[in-house]
Amino acid sequence: MELCPCVKNILLLDFEGKRVAAKYFCDDWPTNGAKEAFEKAVFNKTQKTNARSEVEVTMLENDIVVYKFVQDLHFFITGGEEENEVILATVLQGFVDAVGLLLRGNVEKREALEYLDLILLCIDEIVDGGIILETDANIIAGKVASHSTVADGLSEQTFSQALATAREHLARSLLK
Amino acid sequence: MIATMKRSTHLSWVLRRELFFRKLGFLTIPQLDPRRCSQVITKLLYLLNQGDSFTKVEATEVFFSVTKLFQSKDLGLRRMVYLIIKELSPSADEVIIVTSSLMKDMNSKTDMYRANAIRVLCRITDGTLLTQIERYLKQAIVDKNPVVASAALVSGIHLLQTNPEIVKRWSNEVQEAVQSRAALVQFHALALLQQIRQNDRLAVSKLVTSLTRGTVRSPLAQCLLIRYTSQVIRESNTQTGDRPFYDFLESCLRHKAEMVIFEAARAITELSGVTSRELTPAITVLQLFLSSSKPVLRFAAVRTLNKVAMTHPMAVTNCNIDMESLISDQNRSIATLAITTLLKTGNESSVDRLMKQITNFMSDIADEFKIVVVEAIRSLCLKFPLKYRSLMNFLSNILREEGGFEYKKAIVDSIVILIRDIPEAKESGLLHLCEFIEDCEFTYLSTQILHFLGIEGPKTTDPSKYIRYIYNRVHLENATVRAAAVSTLAKFGAMVDALKPRIFVLLRRCIFDSDDEVRDRATLYLNTLGGDGEVVETDKDVKIFLFGDLDIPLVNLETSLKNYEPSEESFDIDSVPKEVKSQPLVEKKAPGKKPAGLGAPPAGPPSTVDAYERLLSSIPEFSNFGKLFKSSSPVELTEAETEYAVNVVKHIFDRHVVFQYNCINTIPEQLLENVSVIVDASEAEDFAEVTSKPVRSLPYDTPGQTFVAFEKPDGITAVGKFSNTLRFIVKEVDPSTGEAEEDGVEDEYQLEDLEVVAADYMMKVGVSNFRNAWESMGEDFERVDEYGLGPRESLAEAVSAVINLLGMQPCEGNRGCRSQFKVTHVSTLWCIPRQCEGSCTVAVWN
Repeated sequence: MELCPCVKNILLLDFEGKRVAAKYFCDDWPTNGAKEAFEKAVFNKTQKTNARSEVEVTMLENDIVVYKFVQDLHFFITGGEEENEVILATVLQGFVDAVGLLLRGNVEKREALEYLDLILLCIDEIVDGGIILETDANIIAGKVASHSTVADGLSEQTFSQALATAREHLARSLLK
Repeated sequence: MIATMKRSTHLSWVLRRELFFRKLGFLTIPQLDPRRCSQVITKLLYLLNQGDSFTKVEATEVFFSVTKLFQSKDLGLRRMVYLIIKELSPSADEVIIVTSSLMKDMNSKTDMYRANAIRVLCRITDGTLLTQIERYLKQAIVDKNPVVASAALVSGIHLLQTNPEIVKRWSNEVQEAVQSRAALVQFHALALLQQIRQNDRLAVSKLVTSLTRGTVRSPLAQCLLIRYTSQVIRESNTQTGDRPFYDFLESCLRHKAEMVIFEAARAITELSGVTSRELTPAITVLQLFLSSSKPVLRFAAVRTLNKVAMTHPMAVTNCNIDMESLISDQNRSIATLAITTLLKTGNESSVDRLMKQITNFMSDIADEFKIVVVEAIRSLCLKFPLKYRSLMNFLSNILREEGGFEYKKAIVDSIVILIRDIPEAKESGLLHLCEFIEDCEFTYLSTQILHFLGIEGPKTTDPSKYIRYIYNRVHLENATVRAAAVSTLAKFGAMVDALKPRIFVLLRRCIFDSDDEVRDRATLYLNTLGGDGEVVETDKDVKIFLFGDLDIPLVNLETSLKNYEPSEESFDIDSVPKEVKSQPLVEKKAPGKKPAGLGAPPAGPPSTVDAYERLLSSIPEFSNFGKLFKSSSPVELTEAETEYAVNVVKHIFDRHVVFQYNCINTIPEQLLENVSVIVDASEAEDFAEVTSKPVRSLPYDTPGQTFVAFEKPDGITAVGKFSNTLRFIVKEVDPSTGEAEEDGVEDEYQLEDLEVVAADYMMKVGVSNFRNAWESMGEDFERVDEYGLGPRESLAEAVSAVINLLGMQPCEGNRGCRSQFKVTHVSTLWCIPRQCEGSCTVAVWN
């Protein structure tokens, strides 16, 4: 019997419900059509609610969805109906805060698309195949940022220094 | 760049081509530009994320190009390479190319390389590769760096599904990791260790014992521990004294992390057979959560209390005040849960107050929540039937307001159930429904209500009240509703003789309707109801013909009609088989691989009623047995994985019973000939063997059937036990040529016994309206008896045991058993046993 807390998917949608980044960890939605239908349903159900100050929660088709909105981005995490909602909320909060750290406070769609690699790495460091890897935002952001450094020696920097270096490199290369 | 891409996704095809050429372009440059390559990979990942997928060829191309990028030492690029390898899921021969690079990374000084290389390798690996890297994984589990250890442990959890034997060898390392000081390492190690040991109850119990006394370093690990503890409690089954580990659970209610407090509270409420004393501390904590500022805590608490209210409503009443304030919660899910919980725990005096609050609340919420509330109100009304007036008024008021089809249907269903179950509510309920159909926009609902009026209306004290409402439908609605209204009028006319004159007048007007169906029905009724507008009684047969239930499953009727060929003989509805095939339950999320191969039972010919009939009638010896009454489902006579697999189907005729033995020979080196079954019927005195039909030849893996027929006396349900032996001539087969030898040896093979029981004589028949059929049968046919079933785990199990034993068809939705109460559950079953029409009401005592 599966007793380990398990996440079904992590979604990052924009203010119109379109996908920015999404990772599914189970087979409940086997085709891309099913996934998009789910995203549409969850977006419509939560659109009118106010989930900016606190993590909100709802149920959709026998799954629990916790969500939070920041600027024009909507963050969602889904779990099964028997799952502990508080655990899911903690993971979501870690995700939201880590993204905030990585985008240096500019949590909006444009920034997210510019630094999509950081977002994808971030999701990769939070959940592996459904199992929760980490919930602390600082640690998550640290793991992600350390990859953007150029050489091994920089792993000793504090992560904010590393982040700054990373920004510099990326900005330079994108301007080419 | 990516912003541009986002704007139009049909550029993705063009973009993909472009990216491919660009990528190849990059790799021909002597020096890789890591930044550019990272960006290309990001774009590819973006495309994949948006739902595009690579063809097999493209995936292979990308994979090979990406593998070249291992040459670069850039950290960022390497990390992107890891990501995309995981997305591409390479095949076994492609994996080999990256294996050595990844294994090098696994031993690198850089922790992030080690951790992520492990995760990638374990994702794409197969069993043989795994044994090669096992050593490194074991070291990684106890690595100083927590990220590396977690990576290895989590990969282990995934690998346990596909290569359990290998992962189980890491027990010692995992055990060591459980003692780790790093918080999440302990969590992952605990999860893996429990899964490795989950089949060993004692080991899990020991694990739980040691950890409940030791230090648990993260809230996640504590939640896991609570779940394992609950499992241990469930399996320990102590009847006497205190529950083991209850004190541990209770102490977790005072933990500082909210997730732990909640997990513990929930675990306590889910203990089987939990007492009020045990529940109290958990409910206190949940009550505090109800007034938290965090919606997640309120939601979690109210959802749990909702479940508790189903079994222990008294325990939850203390929370009623807090829950009433939740009715106005901004989060509508929370508000709905609060209301439904209150409806479950409310007592008679609070009903009125609740109704007032709910009326204000209903306009704010969406249809799906409203349906939940309506169903809760229905249960409440059934619990307090004296309050039917206010609840019924409430329901009819909301019926008049705006709403979608599902919502209105839910309300109508509730009113119908209340009318059926609370006799005093019938008159007002029917009137409410009549008023509703004057204004109803859903044809389906109007026709259902008219049909229902036809059944219940004539039984009331003054049926004429309803005529006006019904007749108005004939004028004002669409054809479907008009036809339904005509039928309903006719029902009134048939059941209530005094009304016949008026009904005839109304029906005569319907003959001029514009729609065929309406005219046909009106004409039919006018000609069959009897008399010509006088007050006479309608003939009983006519009533059954017009308004009786169709006891034939529609599926069978359809098949028979399709098979009927137009000829001199008209279609005979009695020839349609009445047997109901039980529908297989479709599981919504069905995981798991189906076992195939050797264990599969031998298939007879396709097992439908028609197929069996055709098979048996093609055998001349059985052709004079008459019509096949019933065939049982196949019963195994051999265990799995034996040399010869045999199962038997019992066919029941008027005066004969035929056993059809389906045999499969699973030995490739043998050919069986002249296969027959010797049946010893010494323990079945009523039966006399008539004939036996052997199978000429039974080669390897080809199913064959042999038959034995018995005569039995007509008129009694003969039962008996038969022992079976398979007799045959076996010839050796040369596997290389496939040819058999000339001579064979006679041999026998013992099979299991088979029984013919009373259930074999019962044919499942679906009945649409049990009550009518029961009442129409008369007292003489009633038999009352008591049977002992033996101890059963739950009410639901007891009910299914009865269904299986008697071989009858449960009707009117009684297949499932939802109530948890310790009272008699009345299960109504129906069947046509061999000798006479019969039915049986089974009352199950707990």
